[in-house]
Amino acid sequence: MELGSRKAFAKLRVMQPASSGSGREGCGSKGGSSKSGCGSAAGKGDLAPEIWEKVKNHPCYSEEAHHHYARMHVAVAPACNIQCNFCNRKYDCSNESRPGVVSERLTPYQAAKKVFAVASAIPQMTVLGIAGPGDPLANPEMTFKTFEMVTKTAPDIKLCLSTNGLMLPDYVDRIHALNIDHVTITINMIDPVVGAKIYPWVFYNHKRYKGIEGARILSERQLLGLDMLTARGILCKVNSVMIPGINDRHLVAVNQAVKSRGAFLHNIMPLISAPEHGTVFGLAGQRGPTAQELKALQDSCEGEMNMMRHCRQCRADAVGLLGEDRSAEFTAEKIMGMEVNYDLDRRQAYQEKVELQREAVAAARNAELETLAGEQSDISILIAVATKGGGRINEHFGHAREFQVYEVGTSGARFVGHRRVDNYCQGGYAEEDSLETVVRAINDCVAVFVARIGNCPREGLRNAGIEPVDRFALEYIEQSAIAYFREYLERVRTGEIQHRERGDAEIRQGALIA
Amino acid sequence: MAYKIKESSCIGCAACANECPNGAISEQISAFTIDPAKCTECIGFFDEPQCVAICPIPKTCIINPDVPRFVAAV
Repeated sequence: MELGSRKAFAKLRVMQPASSGSGREGCGSKGGSSKSGCGSAAGKGDLAPEIWEKVKNHPCYSEEAHHHYARMHVAVAPACNIQCNFCNRKYDCSNESRPGVVSERLTPYQAAKKVFAVASAIPQMTVLGIAGPGDPLANPEMTFKTFEMVTKTAPDIKLCLSTNGLMLPDYVDRIHALNIDHVTITINMIDPVVGAKIYPWVFYNHKRYKGIEGARILSERQLLGLDMLTARGILCKVNSVMIPGINDRHLVAVNQAVKSRGAFLHNIMPLISAPEHGTVFGLAGQRGPTAQELKALQDSCEGEMNMMRHCRQCRADAVGLLGEDRSAEFTAEKIMGMEVNYDLDRRQAYQEKVELQREAVAAARNAELETLAGEQSDISILIAVATKGGGRINEHFGHAREFQVYEVGTSGARFVGHRRVDNYCQGGYAEEDSLETVVRAINDCVAVFVARIGNCPREGLRNAGIEPVDRFALEYIEQSAIAYFREYLERVRTGEIQHRERGDAEIRQGALIA
Repeated sequence: MAYKIKESSCIGCAACANECPNGAISEQISAFTIDPAKCTECIGFFDEPQCVAICPIPKTCIINPDVPRFVAAV
């Protein structure tokens, strides 16, 4: 169910309400999970209060929020104005949330109706993003028309858009007027020489500019757009794709440049690159970074600004909370037949309950942290967690499509990333090599927290030196991680175990389906 | 006197239709197509044909061999 099965090459086209769209299949739908995400402040503590207020319910900016709130993207913007070597426009872009031709393209009217339908069915859906399948600002009328229609009926839904930045300076005022207060720009370089290796061309002012010339235009427009957004008080996140040997070291300079221009969050994502994606990089054998290479780069930029670590490079039409994909419930065909009643009061009542849940998670974490108050140790460990959201360890090992990774030390537990494993347990039976996939993905972790786990994988994990832990089933993640760490230190002290550095881990290749 | 779109490689992204100065490109059942009666190869508008310049798939917007090349009125 890797991309090899993704042969279907349906054309990208507007779905007619009556037509039956098989648009999304052929793209390995089995591996799907609707993880969203595009930002990772660990939470309140890292951000200025006024920024936290704006992003606290935004799953794409905070992993913690991602446990409680959902976002959706609508694919209304098919055209693009640049070419990236990590993107094959025939398919979903494997690196960014850009569904390709296998996706369903919506008209603004269909998109708005989809938003109301999803918002009614999923009251924790708080954010609407437009990210493609091309570039939203290469399709400005479709993009802005959709936002206008949504905001008229659903003023509580936050709007955001994600762009390559080429046309951004022309539309900043329109973005501002529409109250779009979150914009993501993908900036992979600030040096056109580096840029020429990533972007073969850009289309600007009715002309195709190639190589360094094109990359220079793109970079100037991106940074100008960022400056203009900051000047208007619009929150701006920067996405960068980490491409080993091409821009990996350069991204430190990118980080400084965007920070100095007021970006509030930097999301460095691993290049997803395999030959079957048909991208220039994939075909050329360009590799993506390992988990530890990615983490090291994120760590080295951390002191400069908030780093986002929970981006799942999802598709632009995914719908749902962490670990679930509900986009199949909301195809164009289905939504056009739905009776939708947008109930703002019901949504707000639900969200109040969610807030109480979040406060409980934070209180439990803080109470547990106090038990570490007297501890002094240089040891820190990584723990993998199987979760479906809500801040709890509530997923069966065999059902986990990804593991969240927390780094725990005497200062507490913090989310540092997630590792895709797709389904270890498929169709009710587990396969040996699937366990190996999981081990490779979390090989740098000391333990894996699960709600349940079978005997066979339990033994396999132990043999790989990863402790399977189910005694915290259904408990809060951070609280449990701190408790485990306290015991870990005690076990090291008594000589029961020896602490040693774990190895590196692999970032799973293949496009994330949803 | 025109360009045409190779149906088998068109991904239907509509970028060309947005850029065409003649409104010659429209979406048909299986792909976008160029009306040869309207296409001027962008002569008189831009230095390069816009559909060719923005199309993400190489060799998709190509000269239509079935009609004569466009000649600008003197």
